[in-house]
Amino acid sequence: MFSKNQLEAIDKVIHTNLIEAGIDHVIFMDMAGNTIAKHDNGKNKLDSIAFAALAAGNFAAVDAMAKLVGESEFSLLFHKGEKSSIHFSKANEDTLLITMFNKDISLGLVRLKVSEVLKQINQIFTTDGS
Amino acid sequence: MALINVKTREVQIKIVYYGPGRGGKTTNLEYINKTYRKQIKTEMVSLKTQDDRTLFFDFLPFDVGQIKGFDVTIQLYTVPGQVKYNATRKLVLRGVDGVVFVADVQKEQRKKNIESLNQLYENLETYNLDLFKIPFVMQYNKIDLKQTKIPILSSQLLQKDLNSLIKAPAFEASALKGGNVILTLKKIISMTLASIQDQIF
Repeated sequence: MFSKNQLEAIDKVIHTNLIEAGIDHVIFMDMAGNTIAKHDNGKNKLDSIAFAALAAGNFAAVDAMAKLVGESEFSLLFHKGEKSSIHFSKANEDTLLITMFNKDISLGLVRLKVSEVLKQINQIFTTDGS
Repeated sequence: MALINVKTREVQIKIVYYGPGRGGKTTNLEYINKTYRKQIKTEMVSLKTQDDRTLFFDFLPFDVGQIKGFDVTIQLYTVPGQVKYNATRKLVLRGVDGVVFVADVQKEQRKKNIESLNQLYENLETYNLDLFKIPFVMQYNKIDLKQTKIPILSSQLLQKDLNSLIKAPAFEASALKGGNVILTLKKIISMTLASIQDQIF
């Protein structure tokens, strides 16, 4: 279970690095499909509960495929759409960070920002977030 | 494992309907979806094959209101029942808090019920979960077939086959007509909430 301090710190890191950089939606979730934190830019609506369940299933299926081809994991997934795209990244053994962004933002920027966020989130896990 | 968010004061609980193929797992969720439509904020998600069989899972979240200041959301999942889909069944069980085993009362399904329950035991073990300790409810589905000429298994025999060791609460049910579907659901929710109450309440 995450402490209140940790959850607040995670919210801050996501908001500062991702939402303020122009990303539409961010969901930080566990591998069972439960949402730990969710953020959006207030412009588009998303059924985040169903999305998290499907994302967990999607990531788990790809993870199982990785093992079948002898990889320990595919730690990053990316789905490109016409207007928006989805980027999945494993934060640690139990959690996933999912970002949805529109065509105005480059994948390179998203990857850079996500990598920074994951570093900070993993630091928060090792402390009490304060 | 249930997700407890102390900041937003939310609890998310995962309950999985497990059992042999064509046993009525999806039909259970469809009945719940119809009955509690007003409490369900989203559409039921079903990942199925072209011939309407569950491919990955069905998903139905709904709110049960506040308990001691926490908003509790129950997330119901089914697994695909077909034998070949065990890899995906295992994935759906990740993080499970409670299980409903939907057994098929048709005589010809006897062996499949037993095999499915044995596989559930093994699949839970991969997540270090013990079928004998996890909140668990047994449902003997399709009891409405009693009115037809289709041979069915008696509840005594089903209890002996599937529940003599686990001794879980068991219900005869008809997912198609709704008989005992809600009772099964209420039982698994109350058992699951009781199992996590030390963590939150």
